[in-house]
Amino acid sequence: MADVKEMKKVLFGPVLDNNPIALQILGVCSALAITTKLETALVMSLALTAVTAFASLFISLIRTQIPSSVRIIIQMTIIASLVIVVDQILKAYSYEISKQLSVFVGLIITNCIVMGRAEAYAMKSPPFMSFLDGIGNGLGYSMVLIIIGTIKELFGFGTILGFPIFELVQNGGWYQGNGLLILPFSSFFLIGGLIWVIRTIRPEQVEPKE
Amino acid sequence: MSAKKETLGKTVGVVVAVCLVCSIIVSSAAVGLRSMQETNAALDKQSNIIEAAGLADKAAGDIAGTFEKYVDEKYIDLATGQYVEKPSDNYDMYKAAKMPEYSVKVEGSNVGFQQRASIASIYEVKDDAGKVTRIILPVHGSGLWDLMYGFLAIDSDGNTVRELVYYQQKETPGLGGEVQNPSWKAKWDGKQLFDQGDVAIKIKKNANPSDPYAVDALSGATLTSNGVQNTLSYWLGKNGFGPYLKNQTWKS
Repeated sequence: MADVKEMKKVLFGPVLDNNPIALQILGVCSALAITTKLETALVMSLALTAVTAFASLFISLIRTQIPSSVRIIIQMTIIASLVIVVDQILKAYSYEISKQLSVFVGLIITNCIVMGRAEAYAMKSPPFMSFLDGIGNGLGYSMVLIIIGTIKELFGFGTILGFPIFELVQNGGWYQGNGLLILPFSSFFLIGGLIWVIRTIRPEQVEPKE
Repeated sequence: MSAKKETLGKTVGVVVAVCLVCSIIVSSAAVGLRSMQETNAALDKQSNIIEAAGLADKAAGDIAGTFEKYVDEKYIDLATGQYVEKPSDNYDMYKAAKMPEYSVKVEGSNVGFQQRASIASIYEVKDDAGKVTRIILPVHGSGLWDLMYGFLAIDSDGNTVRELVYYQQKETPGLGGEVQNPSWKAKWDGKQLFDQGDVAIKIKKNANPSDPYAVDALSGATLTSNGVQNTLSYWLGKNGFGPYLKNQTWKS
């Protein structure tokens, strides 16, 4: 069952064909808030991918033991523990970035992607495939965050990862930073635009008219 | 989902086991990484002080060593401006503001907080000969959205500003958040705080760069600029560091 083709599909499917943000519209909240700078978007992507992958792995490992009446609570406990560990590691090894991400690392607990994958996939699938599924969905989330983060940082601040690309007017250059893009809600437009682009490339993702 | 694993005993057993394993993982992560996190937090504060001290180039990465060598942490009683002993281990003036034995009510100011600590921790920067070259004062006050925390670095004449470094603020990025922009911070260098004993520094629109008492306000961030003004007016005044700066306690 777990042949290479299947593994590839589980791992890369969520990046474009079944993107958790663009198609399933899950986990949008954090994509709005922490994409102002590309660096925070990258760290957030990494944190979420790690949490999704390991949560799926552990839940899948004990899936036959979990009583179905309390399965959601057990999933939450495992996810919450992993998120706290990730938060602690960030505080210890990357203090600057953990200050910028502040509460959003903790909010991974409520990110629908993590629990959605645990409930929809890891409860029914073997551990290794669940792990790949977690990484795949993390990658799909990361792709959206990185695209939005790049656009916002480049046109909002004129920099990429802090390196100036466009000289800002404030610093004697020619580029007037776009103030709208710096604010969190501009991600709404950008994510909307991204979904439109993806659905133009892949028309099969468009929902049938009711 | 077969029915046979739905017995009460099994459900409770699985829940307890999962909770136990998770709590062990979480607590070992928290305990194992604590010392590193504390070092990081201390280092973060020190690097802000080193920046305010103008020693960032000299430190070249060795924040803790430079801090140890050139910076002295002192405690002053704000009412008299005199040095006092460190009130307690782990004394933090921002936490002390909430403790009845160390706090003083703030009245007649729109600085944005109701209580402040009676004893402030300040930093004196020495040169190689041990002479005080700069004084770094902690200042805070409300901006548009939240309190802004920073360090004001003054020359040993007690009047000339060298740096105003905000290290914690939640102002709008690109507008009020520009209090951390290096080009705005550079405008503070060399400004005079007092004119004949009164607080004279003003943040205003279209300030003349050659005016020693005026700094250009942040464009599009009037309320943040007002917040910085209120913060400085309060902390340099007689209820803040006024007595300390007037006595020039560091020279005695």
